[in-house]
Amino acid sequence: MSSIWIVRDYENCSGCRRCELACSMHHEGWMWPEASRIRVFMPFPGVEVPHLCAQCDDYPCVESCPVEALSVDGGTTAVIVDEETCIGCGACAKACPGTVPYLHPRDRKATICDLCGGDPECVKVCREAGYNALRLVHEGMSGHRKLFARNPVDVAKDLAVKFFGEKGEELIV
Amino acid sequence: MTPGGYAGKWLDVDLSKEEIEEFSFPDETLEQYFGGRGVATKILWDRVGRRWSDLDALAPENPLIFATGPMTCYYPGARICVSGKSPVSNGVVGSTAATEFAVDIRTAGYDGVVFTGKAEKPVYLLVTDEGAELVDASHLWGLNGEKTLIKLNKEVRETLKKRKPDVGLWKEPGTMYIGPAGENMVRHAAVMAKICHAAGYGGYGSVMGSKNLKAVVAKGRGRLPAVNAPESVYLLWRKAHRDCMTNTTFRRWGTGHLGYGCGADTSSEPVRNWQEEWHDEKTMGVPHYMDRYWVKVKWSDFNCTTNCMKVSCIKAGRWKGDITDVPDYELQAYCGTNLGIFDPGDNIHISTLMDKLGHSGINCPNTMGYAAELYQRGILTENDIGFKLEWGDTEAFDRLAHMMAYREGIGDVLAEGTYRAALKIAHMKGLKPDELLKYAVHVKGIEIGAHGTRSDKDYTQDMCYAASVQGGDHTSTVTDGYSDMSGAVFQDSAVFCMFTASPSQELIFDFAKAVTGFPITVDSWRRVNGPRIVTLQKALLLMGGPDVTWEPVKDDDNPPRFYEPLPTGPYKGMVTDRERVDIRTQAYFETLGWDERGIPKKETLDRLGLSDVDPLMEKFRQ
Repeated sequence: MSSIWIVRDYENCSGCRRCELACSMHHEGWMWPEASRIRVFMPFPGVEVPHLCAQCDDYPCVESCPVEALSVDGGTTAVIVDEETCIGCGACAKACPGTVPYLHPRDRKATICDLCGGDPECVKVCREAGYNALRLVHEGMSGHRKLFARNPVDVAKDLAVKFFGEKGEELIV
Repeated sequence: MTPGGYAGKWLDVDLSKEEIEEFSFPDETLEQYFGGRGVATKILWDRVGRRWSDLDALAPENPLIFATGPMTCYYPGARICVSGKSPVSNGVVGSTAATEFAVDIRTAGYDGVVFTGKAEKPVYLLVTDEGAELVDASHLWGLNGEKTLIKLNKEVRETLKKRKPDVGLWKEPGTMYIGPAGENMVRHAAVMAKICHAAGYGGYGSVMGSKNLKAVVAKGRGRLPAVNAPESVYLLWRKAHRDCMTNTTFRRWGTGHLGYGCGADTSSEPVRNWQEEWHDEKTMGVPHYMDRYWVKVKWSDFNCTTNCMKVSCIKAGRWKGDITDVPDYELQAYCGTNLGIFDPGDNIHISTLMDKLGHSGINCPNTMGYAAELYQRGILTENDIGFKLEWGDTEAFDRLAHMMAYREGIGDVLAEGTYRAALKIAHMKGLKPDELLKYAVHVKGIEIGAHGTRSDKDYTQDMCYAASVQGGDHTSTVTDGYSDMSGAVFQDSAVFCMFTASPSQELIFDFAKAVTGFPITVDSWRRVNGPRIVTLQKALLLMGGPDVTWEPVKDDDNPPRFYEPLPTGPYKGMVTDRERVDIRTQAYFETLGWDERGIPKKETLDRLGLSDVDPLMEKFRQ
């Protein structure tokens, strides 16, 4: 199965959050960082971690939904939320190995990256600024994607050691 | 209807009574003063006004203000303005810093916060979508900046998670805090953000300390406030970013190339307390920072693509584990060359120390350099200090910075800032004040930023500090009383970063209009709005007090050092031209409608809607 995927190179992330602004402009009609499908966490300054759906090959979020509000887009392989059906129970967030989905601040509907239908806004603004922390690839589905569904604080713990050496161990608790 | 760009509500926190209320401004006030520095000055005038001269800036009654502006978060480079009566100048400084606190306070539904009173025990303010509360901060008091931030990130994330466990992951909050320097009321202490971002000028860290306020923390989940013309704002937002992205030097090096450049090329860098402004130390070149210490070369603040920040880390050697930014030029100069330090690692160490202790990385090392010159001249001795204070001795300056932060020994005197320390040392030594003040590099008590005027080759010239209502603040220097009004005065009131500001004034003011819907123009800011803010700042600065007031004319001048010829370098012999200082200061006053001694004229005050200020200016007129 062919699909598109957003590769994340955390070291390249400047922390500018334009991805959040561009995403929310597209999905919400206005700048709304906490309603962005991609959210950049900063557990320690300098260690910025873009957090977004990794499209696991077995889609535990879709499986967990008690009302079948989540489905997989056949073209992009993104998870699609049917907002009418969603009851805001948060089961998808719990089922996700990286706790990526969250409940929308406006109406508590599950909020997950839909890849903008195949041309993600976040990738465009990141590339435009020359950071390329987010890159779009077309590739086959694979099991390793799920490994990227990680808690951003755990990712930051690793990155902090990579950036700061031993000192990095103390910075994120 | 609230004008565009404003959340529409402010928080009014009385720390003594532990009461928090909300308030709003009339549209007219917002149109006139906009936000940030402008609104802060207006708040100070309304709340303190004629009592200004009697108000001790470190007394509970001093309003401490955190103000965003209508363009904050929209225009690239989100910042917040911290203000109040400055314990350094006794006037008003609009001191800005880049921080996610600016974003979170707005998405939580507020444009700003005013604190008055003094908390009984250390507290921090926590603002969420549900409102604001004061939280005990006894466990944070005494911690350095890095540890404060680590603890707060964890603790607030856990609090939020406990309150709303099912919404998904909570991001870390936006935070501003003080270190030990602020807690111990080191007069020029900074309000810190992230690890190395600071609202440095003005001494508002010590005002926080005087109020037992350790930090302000916010996490908002709402959308950014609605704007007047969203389609236009979106297009202008894209355009403004294109300007940021063409700033290739800053994107590559930030201001980190100037530690060498301002010394070797323009002779405008403080070296050994400004005894020189030239050096040719190639170790200070940007590759020595970049190749060994920079672990992230493109580091941005919220909504910024200029990314002038770079993350530095020392991974080996005696300062292992130090983390800071570039350091930017100001700290390369002040925590480096000004102390006779030309080694990037040592420079990063002193910069990191400033962050951790919550010192202002410009103002504190200015005072340390001043002390070192007094040591060089035999005025301060090893006996006074407790150790030798030689130029370039990083460990000695490390000790001195700690002594200032904790007010130990001579550190207690130096913690008063360069100007007041000079007077105290003169008294201590039985010398005339002028004998000590001739080495003090400040204007209106505010230690001067790391750009000299003698070579005339930098952006800073003759009266740019001397005539400024923010004294030595290099981010708000003055030129002609006209173009600066739509520059720094506007940026600090709209509240966005000077390094993201487009070279096109048209773009910036189109942006401002599209956000707010106010019919403002470059011209209205240059002739009315800007002058109104600066004139009010000037009036309050003239009133000054209670411990120090600045004399018109005499104190509207550069420090004596700027009139000593440069002793070294390609511009050897050059000196700030006193005649030009006088002529341009007069021109500046005249443009703003102030009299020849810099006192705002009655007709000017009337024209700007500040007639109620006039009676207070009477006693300054001759």
